[in-house]
Amino acid sequence: MTVGTPDNLASSTRGGVGQSPRRPDGTRKVTGQFAYSSDLWHDDMLWGVTLRSPHPHARIRSIDIGAALATSGVYAVLTHEDVPGIKYYGLEENDQPVLAVDTVRYQGEAVALVAADHPETARRAMHEIVVNYEVLDPLTDPVRAALDPEAPALHEHGNVVRHQPVRVGDVPSARSRADVVVTGEYEIGMQDQAFLGPESGLAVPGEDGGVDLYVATQWMHTDLREIAPCLGLPEEKVRMTLSGVGGAFGAREDLSMQVHAAMLAMHTGRPIKIVYNREESFYGHVHRHPAKMRYEHGATADGRIVYATARIVLDGGAYASSTTNVVGNAASLGVGPYIVPNVEIDAYGVYTNNPPCGAMRGFGAVQACYAYESQMDKLARELELHPLDVRRINAIHQGAAIATGQVVDTPAPMREMIDRLRDAPLPEAVDSGDVRNLPGGVSNTTHGEGVRRGIGYGVGLKNICFSEGFDDYSTARVRLEVVGGEPAVLVHTAAAEVGQGLVTLQGQIARTELGVERVSIAPADTQVGDAGSSSASRQSYMTGGAVKRACEAVRDRLFQLAAERFDVPADQLSLSGGKLVSEHSGVLVALADLLGDEAIEETREFHHRPTTGMDPVTGQGDTHTQLALCIHRAVVDVDVELGLLKVVDLTAVQDVGTVLNRVSLEGQIHGGTAQGLGLAVMEEIQLADGKLANPSFTDYLIPTILDMPPMRLDILERADPNAPYGLRGAGEPSTLSSTPAIAAAIRDATGLQIDRVPVRPHDIVHPVTG
Amino acid sequence: MRLNLTINGAQHTADDVWPGESLLYVLRERLGLAGSKNACEQGECGSCTVYLDGVPACSCLVAAGQAAGHEVVTVEGIGGGEDELHPVQEAFVDAGAVQCGFCTPGLIVAAHNLVERTGEPSDEEIREELAGNLCRCTGYEKILDAVRLAASRKQEAGT
Repeated sequence: MTVGTPDNLASSTRGGVGQSPRRPDGTRKVTGQFAYSSDLWHDDMLWGVTLRSPHPHARIRSIDIGAALATSGVYAVLTHEDVPGIKYYGLEENDQPVLAVDTVRYQGEAVALVAADHPETARRAMHEIVVNYEVLDPLTDPVRAALDPEAPALHEHGNVVRHQPVRVGDVPSARSRADVVVTGEYEIGMQDQAFLGPESGLAVPGEDGGVDLYVATQWMHTDLREIAPCLGLPEEKVRMTLSGVGGAFGAREDLSMQVHAAMLAMHTGRPIKIVYNREESFYGHVHRHPAKMRYEHGATADGRIVYATARIVLDGGAYASSTTNVVGNAASLGVGPYIVPNVEIDAYGVYTNNPPCGAMRGFGAVQACYAYESQMDKLARELELHPLDVRRINAIHQGAAIATGQVVDTPAPMREMIDRLRDAPLPEAVDSGDVRNLPGGVSNTTHGEGVRRGIGYGVGLKNICFSEGFDDYSTARVRLEVVGGEPAVLVHTAAAEVGQGLVTLQGQIARTELGVERVSIAPADTQVGDAGSSSASRQSYMTGGAVKRACEAVRDRLFQLAAERFDVPADQLSLSGGKLVSEHSGVLVALADLLGDEAIEETREFHHRPTTGMDPVTGQGDTHTQLALCIHRAVVDVDVELGLLKVVDLTAVQDVGTVLNRVSLEGQIHGGTAQGLGLAVMEEIQLADGKLANPSFTDYLIPTILDMPPMRLDILERADPNAPYGLRGAGEPSTLSSTPAIAAAIRDATGLQIDRVPVRPHDIVHPVTG
Repeated sequence: MRLNLTINGAQHTADDVWPGESLLYVLRERLGLAGSKNACEQGECGSCTVYLDGVPACSCLVAAGQAAGHEVVTVEGIGGGEDELHPVQEAFVDAGAVQCGFCTPGLIVAAHNLVERTGEPSDEEIREELAGNLCRCTGYEKILDAVRLAASRKQEAGT
């Protein structure tokens, strides 16, 4: 087991693991030269657009494409009848039509496609398509979908995508031992990933009848497995290359324009570009599952939790997407990072006629975290304990079990994290002399009158990598050769760089393992094996692990070569500064001289340790690969007269195992924290009878630089011996904990329940009391 | 219609422009200057920010025809290309202010405007100035670092 720099590497190489070298794509990104999927251009290309359903639920009686097809400049108008292969796709269930067949199940569902020589021509022709709908009542209440057998079934197999119970101990008898009991009903609104680079890409028809796709996605190989059958093509005839990705956050795990552009390209024989605008983007990808959650916790007078129950209903919308796994996370992490001896959880994911929901940063865990952390604050109040104390008393630790019975077998320093957060300095009192520091800012709504400050805490527990028995792996190909007289490394994977800095880390790992400074990262494509998804905080672990392993294989061959040539034992060799060094005789040879014209290339897969499924009745099992903790303290000023607020400070403590690149790591924690702030106080897709009321950046608000407070980080390194370099995935945990911390701070400032996020001004000014 | 534009100091001509096309569309789709990004088309996100006669503007809200006869500077016109970054560009890379980078071109123009206009802006000034540029990846902390770094390097260099 290797943690840190390998022993056979005499000195660390510049830009290696543990340092923060510049991003290899940084210069192109700051000069405008980096090509995103929406920047692609091809001679002779046409523009594709998508006609979408205006109704959340309707039967399609007929589609008339005649007038659209007759429009000058239009090259194709396609409907479900033109889908060359299987008409349905999906991440986990093949339930979503490529183009609506006879029913639409959500507003914005794709119905027809148009290709034309100018995007405006295509849009105008699209409006000439006449669809005759029989409008049906939408089913929009997820609780009804979950529990009412009389509710109309939206799919053949009913409306419950997954029901996952968790049963531990004996809740009824534990209830009798509880000195205090707290209950709550919590609700979380529908959040959008709101990446800045809209869905887009280019499909180029191939001479072999196949198609080349240049798209922004999170997992090319799973795209390929979904796309090829719809096109009626073998997978090798669908060649994918990752173009520049303008953020992802889960929204690019499902297909958007991929099959559509490929269909139009195959039909017209011309390259097709599709670019969604912002409004279409809101309809064109899945969102975070809204949730309705009912919780009950009982504790003894000394603060120990004796039982917890939870009913979590997650609204999956019209199609399954990743609802199955979202339910798995919500159930297995449903009581969070606490030791709870008796548990009853029922987590449901259901179909409705709301927009489809799927992956977003922290999925399933984010929803539960807001509820169980709100419960912790209620317990603290009932028990007259400090909110951090009730958490500390019940905190998990290495050797303890979570609700699934899985024993945490690597460091889980929650108590230390709590203690460090308790000691973190607080911000100064508000300076009422400068309105920019007050709720409302330069809108000049207060000079300090009516402003109250609150402090709140949140702890989140997130699973890292894929869970529940999935054989999760990544593949890396590493090539070492002499280029221009110097040793150079080329790293090739299919892993999606979505902004997180994976391209930087791949280079760092190659430098550390091979002692070579010159490293290039090949464009990610499907000409190399599956790398899995850029999600679940898994790529440093998984693709990092694969690159490390492939480098080690290259190094072994290098040592073998040198051992034969110089007659020295291979196990006494090391690499440093582009030279091979022997333990006894010092520098043996420069790598460039040893290699000559020879290239050494190795491909390796990295699989994480196996996990098990959840028992369908009790939810028990060792389902998670790795668990990660983050804890936040929020300080919020609330203008209780107007309901405006300002988050003044967010301080986080996170255990990351080992820091591989501090600058990238901090960026992940900051970014996750910001998305958690958005969910707490501003971000919500507003729905009325299944229809979106705010599909634009004018009406769907994400945090600006004015909304974000200074973020202080305290990063712990308690290495996980199972993970490459001891790392712990770090992209998601901060998204969990910042939301409940901010909600708690608002509660502290106002004395209100705050049982729904995002918190809106009227929730503060005109709270509903129950 | 035919359109003559001055962009980054050079003359450009585009033919067959539909009058409804925005400056952003013409830059990106007709003139091959794809650095300015389209993320909202409503002037909310700032990803398409360019200089119009020296003043930052959302190019998605400017009809291309309106830009004729005016000086347009895009992200491609900031600094001297990949080998000669402007201090603001350099600082964005050094400070880790770039993740996915989709907001970056607009932020480079906005931050360039701030740093060129002021000496060392306070955090409050930076926040007010950049409030029209949305970033979804960074939480803005490293963007603040980058602007502070660029301003202090510029002060040191006395430029």
